[in-house]
Amino acid sequence: MVKLPIYMDNHATTPMDKRVLDAVLPYFTEKFGNAASRNHSFGWAAEEAVDKARNQIAALINAKAKEIIFTSGATESDNLAIKGVVEFYKDKGNHVITCVTEHKAVLDSCKALERAGKATVTYLPVDKYGMVDPDDVRRAITDKTVLITIMSANNEVGTIHPIAEIGRIAKEKGVLFHCDATQGVGKIPMDVEKAGVDLLSASAHKIYGPKGVGILYVRSRGPRVRLTPIIDGGGHERGLRSGTLNVPGIVGFGAACEIAGQEMEQESARLRDLRNRLQANLFERLDEIYLNGHPTERLPGNLNLSFAYVEGESLLMGIKDVAVSSGSACTSATLEPSYVIRALGTDEELAHSSIRFGLGRFNTAEEVDYVAERVTAEVRRLRDLSPLYEMAKEGIDLKSVQWKRD
Amino acid sequence: MAYSSKVLDHYNNPRNVGSFPKDAEDVGTGVVGAPECGDVMKLQLKITPEGVIEDARFKTFGCGSAIASSSYVTELVKGKRIEEAMTIKNSAIVQELNLPPVKIHCSVLAEDAIKAAITDWKSKHEKDEKSAAAPGKAAQG
Repeated sequence: MVKLPIYMDNHATTPMDKRVLDAVLPYFTEKFGNAASRNHSFGWAAEEAVDKARNQIAALINAKAKEIIFTSGATESDNLAIKGVVEFYKDKGNHVITCVTEHKAVLDSCKALERAGKATVTYLPVDKYGMVDPDDVRRAITDKTVLITIMSANNEVGTIHPIAEIGRIAKEKGVLFHCDATQGVGKIPMDVEKAGVDLLSASAHKIYGPKGVGILYVRSRGPRVRLTPIIDGGGHERGLRSGTLNVPGIVGFGAACEIAGQEMEQESARLRDLRNRLQANLFERLDEIYLNGHPTERLPGNLNLSFAYVEGESLLMGIKDVAVSSGSACTSATLEPSYVIRALGTDEELAHSSIRFGLGRFNTAEEVDYVAERVTAEVRRLRDLSPLYEMAKEGIDLKSVQWKRD
Repeated sequence: MAYSSKVLDHYNNPRNVGSFPKDAEDVGTGVVGAPECGDVMKLQLKITPEGVIEDARFKTFGCGSAIASSSYVTELVKGKRIEEAMTIKNSAIVQELNLPPVKIHCSVLAEDAIKAAITDWKSKHEKDEKSAAAPGKAAQG
């Protein structure tokens, strides 16, 4: 028997790996020093641990240790990258290019700059698989463009953007390129040199590290990227991010990166197999289910499906011993279905019917089979309850129906 | 968000799921909501010539609270006269199921479904009265 409940929402967060926990624990108690204390051994021990972590993280993305700035998480990193670049380069220009399926940390940072009159922003569309077209990026660049910000992989549908191509265009045009790699780092190869990335955001808790710690990679040469800080204080992190360093968090992020780097090849193959097994199981048993996202260029652990005629939240309720998430309006505070799924051109109805399975390091084939079983049973039950399924089976075209909206 | 035990009960054991023949004389059908809004309720009432609701069936596409609201309504209306059923307010559904503010629209939809089903039944009977007034046509049917 599988152990319940099953966690299959690894895009939201991940459990901390025991090996990471072991590395972190001493830094809460006996090694509790402030990394900025330069005049005693407590401080030196903390500083040494931070340096080690900086190197571990840098190695995973082929950066230099000094190019890693510690933050509270990827949301802060995104804010710092976007607001920091726009503020610093305001004499050079004020135009930012991003895309409609970015995380809210990016989109809302852009919107805040627009509201403040500090930037104009181009929100590029994506294709039906959720991918941005590098030619659209090229065409959007003006002589006022100071920053391109495109994520490495989408958090809902898992689509992997052509980052290296976008990086090349950015270099060619002399525009800075920020990549929110929160979902990509540690799961798919990321090389800031090969990809031409100038700024990169990442977070520890997405890769089996602790919550509350992130990084912003800031390129030091070719070009040297400058930023205006958004948090002022004691001048930590080369003045770019003041505040006492979260030493246990940073140590955990370093350990998590080292493990992710060592295991990426086998682990991504294992996750791809599990994901494909789940997908095949569900497609075999159920009709009218649709894949959201790219069929091949997608995170190994991601499976986002729409189950036609079944509303997402009701499905989540039915599989309550399985933790997954939905793009349904009812699961969001805004009462709008997922803007990411809608941006793919998917019918609103199917956006309400979407479920995101996020497979991770601790999921097993046994769990995948159980989830497929439960989802199949619940989709069938809810379709028996669904007037839309009944109408579709009667041959009624749901698009031709005059619906009575409230 | 945690669901109330009554919502869970109706969701896990929905009452009166199914369909009556839409064209039957004694059946009123109400379909409210829209797929792109994430909620569609179909409520059917079987009503005696005297205007008493004998039986009810529903099918709902929507969240757990929408399913529970429509399931509860099928129990609530049974045995009521249509005049009385028309006065059922969504607040009664909110109270019974302990719906949080974000789910109030589910109860509004369920109230609308009752009204739509009764209106449909009435329109069928207005037609009856009209065809009764034209006996030649009725004989053909």
